Amino acid sequence: MSIDKIENTSRRDFLRKSALAGGGLVLGFYFDPANSAAKRVAKPSAISEASAFKPNAFIRIDSNGIVTLISKQPEIGQGIKTSLPMVIAEELEVSWKDVVIVQGDLDPIYGSQSAGGSRSTPTNYEEFHRLGATARTMLIQAAAEIWQAPVAELLAHDSAVHHSVSGRKLGYGQLAEKAASLPVPMPDSVQLKAAKDYKLLGTRIGGVDNPSVATGKPLFGIDVKLPGLLYAVYEKSPVFGSKVISANLDKIKSLPGVKHAFVIEGGADLKGLLPGVAIVADSTWSAFSARKQLEVIWDEGQAATQSWSGFSAKARELSSQTGTDILRNDGDVKAALAGAAKKVEAAYSYPFISHASIEPQNCTAWYKNGAIELWAPTQNPEAGQKVITETLGIPKDKITLHITRSGGGFGRRLIPDYIVEAAAIAQRLKTPVKLTWTREDDLQHDHYRAGGFHFLRGGLDDKGKLIAWHNHFVTFANKITKDGKTKLELGSGANLSGDEFPGRWVENCLLEQTPLECNIPMGPWRAPRSNVLAWVFHSFIDELAHAAGRDPLEFRLEILGDKGFVPGTGEQGIPYDVNRMKHVLQHVAEKAEWGKKKLPRGQGQGIAFHFSHRGYIAQVAEVTVSKDGKLKVDRVVVSTDIGAQIVNLSGAENQVQGSVVDGLGALTFQELNIDKGRIVQSNFGDYPMIRINEAPTQVDVHFLKTDNPVTGLGEPALPPLAPAVCNAIFAATGIRVRQLPLLRTDLSWT
Amino acid sequence: MTKYKLTINGEQKSVDVAADTPLLWVLRDSLNLVGTKFGCGIGQCGACTVHIDGQSSRACQIQISKVGKSQITTIEGLHPHGEHPLQKVWQELDVPQCGYCQAGQIMTAAALLKKNPRPTDDEIDVALAGNLCRCGTYLRIRAGIHRAAEIAGKESA
Repeated sequence: MSIDKIENTSRRDFLRKSALAGGGLVLGFYFDPANSAAKRVAKPSAISEASAFKPNAFIRIDSNGIVTLISKQPEIGQGIKTSLPMVIAEELEVSWKDVVIVQGDLDPIYGSQSAGGSRSTPTNYEEFHRLGATARTMLIQAAAEIWQAPVAELLAHDSAVHHSVSGRKLGYGQLAEKAASLPVPMPDSVQLKAAKDYKLLGTRIGGVDNPSVATGKPLFGIDVKLPGLLYAVYEKSPVFGSKVISANLDKIKSLPGVKHAFVIEGGADLKGLLPGVAIVADSTWSAFSARKQLEVIWDEGQAATQSWSGFSAKARELSSQTGTDILRNDGDVKAALAGAAKKVEAAYSYPFISHASIEPQNCTAWYKNGAIELWAPTQNPEAGQKVITETLGIPKDKITLHITRSGGGFGRRLIPDYIVEAAAIAQRLKTPVKLTWTREDDLQHDHYRAGGFHFLRGGLDDKGKLIAWHNHFVTFANKITKDGKTKLELGSGANLSGDEFPGRWVENCLLEQTPLECNIPMGPWRAPRSNVLAWVFHSFIDELAHAAGRDPLEFRLEILGDKGFVPGTGEQGIPYDVNRMKHVLQHVAEKAEWGKKKLPRGQGQGIAFHFSHRGYIAQVAEVTVSKDGKLKVDRVVVSTDIGAQIVNLSGAENQVQGSVVDGLGALTFQELNIDKGRIVQSNFGDYPMIRINEAPTQVDVHFLKTDNPVTGLGEPALPPLAPAVCNAIFAATGIRVRQLPLLRTDLSWT
Repeated sequence: MTKYKLTINGEQKSVDVAADTPLLWVLRDSLNLVGTKFGCGIGQCGACTVHIDGQSSRACQIQISKVGKSQITTIEGLHPHGEHPLQKVWQELDVPQCGYCQAGQIMTAAALLKKNPRPTDDEIDVALAGNLCRCGTYLRIRAGIHRAAEIAGKESA
């Protein structure tokens, strides 16, 4: 088996043959899958490359009527390989059954191919409509010329152009050759469909790779096979970034199946190629087995003294001091708190957590004649290419990167460390090699969701209105050296925006931030910052609501107020549409029958909302807590506003339900301890993940369509889950959860 | 290295590997049956679930030397045309997100349905608790098993 069988083999072979037979509207490049070297084959393009708007790379219509659409974004489980091509297909008026979707390699012709920040939909949605509409316009024009009929009398639908006056019809395949000879209209000149005429968008379409998933066909990075493939492992220091002093390489080289063992010097950049020892063998198991006998002496240095308990103690010490950064200072918090009718103080904390995608990091690489070809499950192929050029000196145009399906991403695969490791090993060997991380590697060499500490004070006036909010956030930073200068850089996802709710809403608001230096790599974890800030802030808002003796929904609606559209603070600030948030909040309350259910002690409802990644989401959780403290999430109701259109209803619902389960898993179980500069946990035995018996039994998802741009859904539905559940726990038991994970809090009651 | 004869998906296969090689890596590296996935290597995630004489088992925990004459079924051999009710339903209900764990989920569910053709939610939870889904498709997995049970019931009626 070779890589060319990775996807849709039979149809793609068919396509290739039909392409050779000639005749086709070929809008741009064509990936020839039968060539195991996987070179892109440039086909005659119908469109001028000079055009800044490039509809040409994504659509191909063959004379046999098969429409091939390129998916340019990496598929990591967010459903983009199905949903974005649906947008083209809608405008193209092609039947979904006639569509074949091919994953595009990394290629600048496609524009940005990074899948992060829930940006794939909002940044491509409009353009993809125009891609499809442009092709449809040309097909109609082709029919008009063939029939000598006016364009106004022609209609495209079901993969054909129809002339109702004469009853004639030409399939897209029949029109392809003629269409290929026509000039391409300006993208702005083509007519987009009215939303009321959509046939595909908003319906339920199964993932395009589902048949392969359900039958175990090769799809993922780890499934890649090449002739003469060797199998590599890469051992790095448990204390991040330590250099290799020595390793028992002679012993390792003598072990069964081992072909090579060598030290890679690496550098100090935690996101790049770190020092380590590579073992390359004739099978994955030979490499894993040999590694058990590997002995490395590391130069661990100062980082080996770091610990979570040390960080916690330091954070408490800092809490009473002034923060290093003042992120927001509105009104006079000190005076407002002094004069408040009621004051509430609380400290919240959460640990570092891992992404733990079930497919461990891996990458296959083949270096020959100064060029390298890679197959990687990545969310960020551009970053992989860049780090290879910078670290290994292989020029950009000598790097071919095939994007495989990823067995989960959650932000982990935005960081290309495993790609540059595979490339470094391959560059040395000049033979195809697959690097496979073990689960232990994956957990102990992640770019973690940063832990953090929030020291909060809130003040209420005599009417129970929130008048003061003070937060000192103690967070984490890495020491980095750039251009000869050393400085502390906040971890990715470890920062707080001064605009984060309820900043901008409370008249007296002081937000301070102090970083703790650490040597732990940090990176974006699904809904970075939001994934845990929503928990802190909506838990504390709940505390304040209860202290004021007010209904948590009504208290929140009062804070949101009648501000309408709230602009961001400064150039980097984030605008916020209060009306959209109130809309979803009131909607979710209605659907969950908020406040209308008479629940016995041990059962409760909790509410929360959060704005992130352009999406407005509110949730109500209903929980049961047994007397001995066992939590069951009975139901979660989610109302979302992500704009005017849901692209794929099935995929969207799956993302929201998955976000709820993922949010509950992170809330309940996930925790990494740090000791002697190392991550203590090593595998799912000591790093438990949520299982089916712990998942909610019911998740009701509501999409509120509003007249706003269409935005993404991979992330924004996750953040409100944790506070909704914790607020429900409080309603059920009177127990307030202020430390994550949840299993650290005793929920038993009498 | 030792030669082993195996019965996998009804076919005789022979491999030459170290005696302690887990079945998982024999399937993936030696036999190119990559539908069985590596997730943890310690039997905690269930991504490598196969059937050994009809019992759902973790292929990462079984050394090749212990397989003997057992009949091994992988996701590739669950049904000759990939049309086991679970495989059909997984597409009908669009169960997967990333899809990486789903072969293991389907194999565990298939073994459950064989023993218990109409499982309850609780019985599904007990049987599937060994299979992690990091994307959180558990609600659709439950729904999928119920739906497959319904289809299989109709087919055999």
